[in-house]
Amino acid sequence: MIEDDARTHILPHQHKLGGVIHALHDLMRVYGYIHEEHLPIVADVFNNSVAEVRGLVSFYEDFKTHIPAHTTIRVCQAEACQAVGSRQLTKELETFYRTELGHRGKDVELEAVYCLGLCASGPAIQFNDRLIAKASIEKLRVPG
Amino acid sequence: MTIAYVPLDSVAVAMEANAVAAQLAEAGATVIRNGSRGLAWLEPLIEVQDEKDRVAYGPVTPETVAELISDGVLHHQLIRHPLYIGSIENHDFLRSQHRLVFDRVGYDSPVDFPDPTDTLNALAMSPDALIDMIETSGLRGRGGAGFPAHIKWRTVRGTEAPAKYLVCNADEGDSGTFADRLLLEGDPFRLIEGMVIAGYATGAKLGIVYLRSEYPVAKTIFLQALEIARARNLIGRNVLGSDFDFDLELFVGAGAYICGEETSLLESLEGRRGQIRVKPPVPAISGLLSMPTLVHNVISFASVPAIVRLGGDAYRDLGVAPSSGTMSFQLAGNVKRGGLIEVPFGITLREMVEGYGQGTLSGRPFKTLQIGGPLGAYLSHQELDTPLTYEAMTDIGAGIGHGGLVIFDDTVDLAEQARYAFEFCELESCGKCTPCRIGSVRGKETMEQIIGGRATDREFNMIDDLCEVMDRTSLCQMGGMTPIPVRSAMERFQQDFRHRTKP
Repeated sequence: MIEDDARTHILPHQHKLGGVIHALHDLMRVYGYIHEEHLPIVADVFNNSVAEVRGLVSFYEDFKTHIPAHTTIRVCQAEACQAVGSRQLTKELETFYRTELGHRGKDVELEAVYCLGLCASGPAIQFNDRLIAKASIEKLRVPG
Repeated sequence: MTIAYVPLDSVAVAMEANAVAAQLAEAGATVIRNGSRGLAWLEPLIEVQDEKDRVAYGPVTPETVAELISDGVLHHQLIRHPLYIGSIENHDFLRSQHRLVFDRVGYDSPVDFPDPTDTLNALAMSPDALIDMIETSGLRGRGGAGFPAHIKWRTVRGTEAPAKYLVCNADEGDSGTFADRLLLEGDPFRLIEGMVIAGYATGAKLGIVYLRSEYPVAKTIFLQALEIARARNLIGRNVLGSDFDFDLELFVGAGAYICGEETSLLESLEGRRGQIRVKPPVPAISGLLSMPTLVHNVISFASVPAIVRLGGDAYRDLGVAPSSGTMSFQLAGNVKRGGLIEVPFGITLREMVEGYGQGTLSGRPFKTLQIGGPLGAYLSHQELDTPLTYEAMTDIGAGIGHGGLVIFDDTVDLAEQARYAFEFCELESCGKCTPCRIGSVRGKETMEQIIGGRATDREFNMIDDLCEVMDRTSLCQMGGMTPIPVRSAMERFQQDFRHRTKP
C-alpha cells in the first residue's frame, strides 16, 4: 500500500532536472518525513542505488528521517541574530520547552536554522510554518 | 475608495502584517499587498492612499492598527499620530538612496506586470552589442566574488555547444543578507527581465532559479510571476514578439548553505549531494549538464535592465570604477535602523552604521561589524571611514561579499564569534576536501580551549597553522575563507582572546 502511494508522489518527477530532490520534497510534504521504505522506491524510479538516495537524504537538512514533533520551532543561530540575543533566546526556549536545541521534547522539537532572511529584525524563529521576527519567549507564550 | 498598502514580505508577515491587512480590509479599505520598501524597523509599514496623497504609518501592530482605524485613518490623515510618517519617499533613509534594481519595489503589488521597455530595447540590440554594453558598465558579480560579468557572458556566448543555460543563484544563505529575498518578494519581474536579456545575449534558451527553501514567501510570489510572465509572453516562444525563445523554471533547494557555491549548486540541480566540483573547467564552459552555463546571483541579473536603460557609460560612472554601479547593501544585526540600502559603491562604513543605521539597537557602544556574511571579516571602529568598494575592502583584508553588514555592540565576545566561524564551517562543509572537513573541527576544538582558559601559545600557533592550511588548500571558499572571520577577529580584538591564556 505504502509503496503504491509513495510511488504516485515520486513518479511525476522522474524526468525532471534534479527530479529526485523534487520527489524527496514531495515525500516530506505528504508524509512529514522520509520512511526507510521510501528509499528503495526512490532509488528504483531514478535508477539509482539505495545508498545514493540515503546519501542525499542525509546531506540536506530539509529531509528528515524521523516522525516530526507536533510543533517544530526553528531558531536562527546565525550572526545577525546572535547580535541581538539569539543565544539567550535559545537557552530560554530550551528551559521553557524542557528540551535541547537539535532534540525532540515531548511535543516540541527545537531545531537550529542558519538564517531565515529576517536579519534586520532578529532574533528570528519559525514556529511550524509561521515566521516570527523580534522573537521572544513572551511572543510564544501567547501564540497569535 | 481608500486604498491601504500592507507589505507581504517575510519581515512584515513575521511582524503580523497579515492580521493588519485583514483588519484594514474589514474596515472597508481596498488592501493591496505590496513589496517592502526595505525599512525593516518600520515594518509592518502601511500606506493609506486617498485622492491625492499616499501616507505611511509604522511600525503598526494589530493593536495599533485598530486604534488608527477608529481614529479614522481611512478617512483623513492622522498627522499628529506618533506612527505617522508622511510620504515614505521623503524619508531620509530612502531619499538618499539611488535605487536601480529596487526602483519599483514597494510601490505596488509585486505581481503587477511591469512596463517591459528595457527588455524590448535589449532584444532590439545585437547580442554582441549587449555584451559590449555590459563590459562598458563594469558590472561585477553581486553574489560575493565580484567577478567581471562580461567575461562570463562572452565565454558562454563563444563556447560551441548543443545547449546553454542560465542559472540564477538565489540560495542567499549568508547571515545579514536579504536583498535577493526582498527583490523576489517585491519585484520578481526585475529578475525575470534580467535573465531574459542575459539569455538573449549569451544564446541560452533555458534559465533556472535555484531558490533556498527557507524563503517560502519568495517561492509563492516568484511562481505567480512566472505564470504571468508566460501569459504576457515575457518568457516562452517568441519573447515579446521577437524570434527569441526562452523559458524559466524554479528549483527549490533543500537546506544546505554550501549550495550557494556555484558548482555545489549545479550538483544539487542535477539531483546529487551538493558537493563542490573542482574548477577548472569553469561553469561558463562546462556547467549544468556539462553545458556552458552563466551562473549569476539574483542582484547581478537584476542589475541588467538598468544598464540597458541608462547605457553602459552612465552605469559605470556611478560608483568608483572599477567598483561600478550600485550595490544593494543590507544593514542587520544590532542596529537601530536596519534594512536595504541601494547606493553607488564608495559610501563609507560610517555612513552606513551611523548615518543609515543610527548606531546600535541596544544603545550600547558599537564594537564590531562583520561584512560579507559568515565568511567575512570582523572590522573595528578604526576602519569605519573605509569606503565600500571592492578595492578598499581588499586593502583591509575584507570583502563586500553579498553586501551584508552585521552590527554588534560591546557585549559581543569575538573569541566566541571565531569559534562559531569554525563551527559553521563544520556544519556546512560538503566534506569533499580535508582542510575544510577536518580543519573546521580542529579549529572549533582549539578555540574552545582558548575560551575555556586552557590555552597556551601552542593553541594560538595551532589556529595560525589551521588557518593557513585551510586558506591555501581548500577546494572552495567555504574552507578557504573561514580563516577570514577568525583571523580578523584575533588581529583586531586580541583582548578577547589573550586574557584567557594560562600565565
